[in-house]
Amino acid sequence: MNWAFLEGLLSGVNKYSTAFGRIWLAIVFIFRLLVFLVACEKVWGDEQKDFDCNTRQPGCHNVCYDHYFPISYTRLWALQLIFVTCPSLLVTLHVSYRKDRERKHRLKHGEDCAPLYDDTGKKRGGLWWTYFFSLLFKMTVDAVFVFLLFYIYEATFFPPLVKCSQDPCPNVVDCYIARPTEKKLFTIFMVVTSFVCIFLTFCEVLYLCGKRFAECCRGGSQPMRGNSFMMTRTPLTEKPKVAYNGPALEKSKMVDSGNGEASAPAYSIAVS
Amino acid sequence: MSWPALYTQLVGANRHSTSLGKIWLSVLFIFRVMVLVVAAESVWGDEQSDFVCNTLQPGCENVCYDQFFPVSHIRLWCLQLVFVSTPTLLVAMYVAYRNHKDKKRLMQSSGRAGFLSNKGQEEEVEALKKRRLPIAGALWWTYACSLLFRLLFEGGFMYALYVVYDGFQMPRLVQCDQWPCPNLVDCFISRPTEKTIFTVFMATASSICMVLNMAELAYLVAKAVTRALCGQRERRASRDRTQSKTNQRSLVST
Repeated sequence: MNWAFLEGLLSGVNKYSTAFGRIWLAIVFIFRLLVFLVACEKVWGDEQKDFDCNTRQPGCHNVCYDHYFPISYTRLWALQLIFVTCPSLLVTLHVSYRKDRERKHRLKHGEDCAPLYDDTGKKRGGLWWTYFFSLLFKMTVDAVFVFLLFYIYEATFFPPLVKCSQDPCPNVVDCYIARPTEKKLFTIFMVVTSFVCIFLTFCEVLYLCGKRFAECCRGGSQPMRGNSFMMTRTPLTEKPKVAYNGPALEKSKMVDSGNGEASAPAYSIAVS
Repeated sequence: MSWPALYTQLVGANRHSTSLGKIWLSVLFIFRVMVLVVAAESVWGDEQSDFVCNTLQPGCENVCYDQFFPVSHIRLWCLQLVFVSTPTLLVAMYVAYRNHKDKKRLMQSSGRAGFLSNKGQEEEVEALKKRRLPIAGALWWTYACSLLFRLLFEGGFMYALYVVYDGFQMPRLVQCDQWPCPNLVDCFISRPTEKTIFTVFMATASSICMVLNMAELAYLVAKAVTRALCGQRERRASRDRTQSKTNQRSLVST
């Protein structure tokens, strides 16, 4: 169970997203998750061992480290990435629920009856609202975590020297943080990508609302041209799926041969 | 055996779950197993090496660590997640047993009839494997038992964690006077705040899972009661219909 599992779950979400949603997913996978895995975890790897305090008092080092780093940046970003990607799974859950309803309806009334939904993946009715709330949730989560980062660390990201006078440290003790400049650079990078994601999600919300408003004005009778665009896949979004193939994803691919290529087989089996 | 292997097992059994059961599985694997593996394990990674005591007495640190951490949080959570996932396998076992029974019946009936071709038989067997059994009868009882066990295990492990560590908060300083420590020795735990945050997070996720399980149990009971009442009403209606038919026939004959 690792990030490949989450990527396997999310790679199927693309089918039901707008273009903004796909760009957002690509940014999250490439600029946030990948950078987090290959760089941040290594930069913060030695954080407590190399947090040096100018004292021989046992326990002072532990206490000062705990005072200045109540929660590690890497853990905060790991939680942020998990929480920010989960709302997309709500959409997949809703689509699977619709497909299940359609299947039960067909079982009850026969194969030739009028279907409940024209297209279970199209964002109409309840699915539109699920998608809309998932976007709001994503923005809120990103904003809350960025705020937490600034609040917990009081926006003083990695001064090379911190002064600590927590008990049992005698008087005021100088403590030195390992690799402060590198940590500062990566923190700025992760914060900037969070803001970019918030901005993209905001644009997607405006696009979704604008589209719905235009449809309502037109009377909603004609199908949108944009629908065919929604169903195509861009090269960007295919890349992460090809690069990472966790064992869960491969195993479930063997089991689920009926679904389209772009779906996350593991998750659709879980919810169907 | 690893977490992905457990996930594959549970996903197979999940086909016969209710919607709440599916949400429970997602919460379990995303907010508990994933968080445990990618975050919590690294927080507790240096728990013994950075458990520092204000003494040079050899053995004192080991003894004090053992006194305050009889079982590591991580190991307790791993055990909890394994125990909580296994009742679902009860349902999988029952479904496998039902499929086996139905397959045997199918083979016997086709043997007696003698007209079903091999291909037809294979298709029927495949359809049997792919079907989704309704949660009724013995499957209902199996499913309800699995939910009860899940609730018991969740509650049990949460209580055990609370009792062993005297709450969900990790103190910065613990005082130890176990032999061979001379007098009372101050020992400092590594990353206590981060550990408290993750302990509270895992306890919250566990509580959410318990609430989901209770809701699922209530839903199952309500469904069974409604089915029983509907069944009673239908039986009464059909009895009334047959009664009126016999009355009509007796009227006609007289």
